[in-house]
Amino acid sequence: MKNLISMRDLSKEDIMQLMDTAAKIEKGEIVPNMQRKLAALLFFEPSTRTMFSFDTAMKRMNGDTIIMSGAKNTSAKKGETFADTLQTIAQYSDIIIMRSPTEGAARYAAEVVDLPVVNAGDGANQHPTQALLDLYSIIKTQGKLDNLKIGLAGDLRFGRTVHSLAQAMAVFGADFKFISPSFLQMPEYIKDDLIEQNIKFEEFKDIEGNIDDLDILYVTRIQKERFADPEDYEKVKGSYVLNKTMLGNVKDNFKVLHPLPRVDEIHTDVDDTKFAYYFPQAKNGVYTRQAIISILLGEV
Amino acid sequence: MSQVKTIKVNAIKNGTVIDHIAAGKVLKVIDLLNLTGDNSVMLGMNLSSNKIGKKDIIKIENRELSKEEANSIALISPSATLIIINDFEVVNKTSLEMPEYIEEHIICPNPKCITNSEEIPSKYYINNAEPATARCLYCEKKYLVEDLKIKI
Repeated sequence: MKNLISMRDLSKEDIMQLMDTAAKIEKGEIVPNMQRKLAALLFFEPSTRTMFSFDTAMKRMNGDTIIMSGAKNTSAKKGETFADTLQTIAQYSDIIIMRSPTEGAARYAAEVVDLPVVNAGDGANQHPTQALLDLYSIIKTQGKLDNLKIGLAGDLRFGRTVHSLAQAMAVFGADFKFISPSFLQMPEYIKDDLIEQNIKFEEFKDIEGNIDDLDILYVTRIQKERFADPEDYEKVKGSYVLNKTMLGNVKDNFKVLHPLPRVDEIHTDVDDTKFAYYFPQAKNGVYTRQAIISILLGEV
Repeated sequence: MSQVKTIKVNAIKNGTVIDHIAAGKVLKVIDLLNLTGDNSVMLGMNLSSNKIGKKDIIKIENRELSKEEANSIALISPSATLIIINDFEVVNKTSLEMPEYIEEHIICPNPKCITNSEEIPSKYYINNAEPATARCLYCEKKYLVEDLKIKI
């Protein structure tokens, strides 16, 4: 593995190697040393969680980071091409970790520079490191990735995390429930991929009544701005808020995941139940990103 | 009242004939091949064809299409046949094959795709199924080939 651009590029073996490495790092069985290694974190669109997570991952391994955050700081304002910006930053660093609103930006970056490139999110396309930390959270809580029943709820149309996760779990024969308002359904191109792989999925409009047979419910935020009329949002938002009373008949192994930040789609009364796993999930992100960086830099 | 019409498309001495173009697609082919130069071009539309029912045809004098150009035509009309004429004789006649991969000739319809904001060629993988689809290497969106805008 030279770069991490899209879940579509990863084989089942690649994914399992990453899971195994993350687990060994978490248990302290391997301690990658990134002393004198520098990661360039290029965030052309705002991010706190993902950027901090990568920054933490690098520093936990004694490595260091240089950070560019927000397009206003880029040389693009001075007329420099994207390729030139990348080539220059590649002179300073050992690995490039980038987020961009432009879809395909990380793939292009990997063509331009000789360093490993990690896609930390490109528009509505891919967010593979999030998908991998989600997989790591699933394997930790379920003991396996194969043949699980997974619910994805919220904005499935624009949410890149759910796109990457659906593709990743398809490799392991997941059975999906997609729960969203009709105009925020999973895009056709993702559903086509699942059909080609003989993956089962059903589509629903309410969380309530559709979670009792699930192993995992993955909740994402629905942005009010997606609705043309704010009243339409008020009408449907209750269908996409998970609360404690809905958890009465869920399976014992059931876990709720969320990429965070949460607004009000998971009521805080869920936080104290044994089903809430979104904060440990964020911590898993650090182990997973340590594993990704270590593998790409050949340190494990 | 029925009316018999005769359409005569003259033979050419040297050049290329693209036959069996799906009816109605010939203008797209002309657009694709950028036929605005000095070559004489003759075209026929909605002609009867034993092979495909109705067809369009185009004859370009004094220009031999490259394999790459011919492959691009397959994106518009996979049924087309490429015929090279030399001194009024057919010297080569080939069915077009849909390319598996094509660089530069597809304009990605996704406005957020990097190929629409940077000066870089688009790269598409073609799935020659029925209907044929194409996936952008960069933004990973998948489209029906017949919906794509092709350029040379």
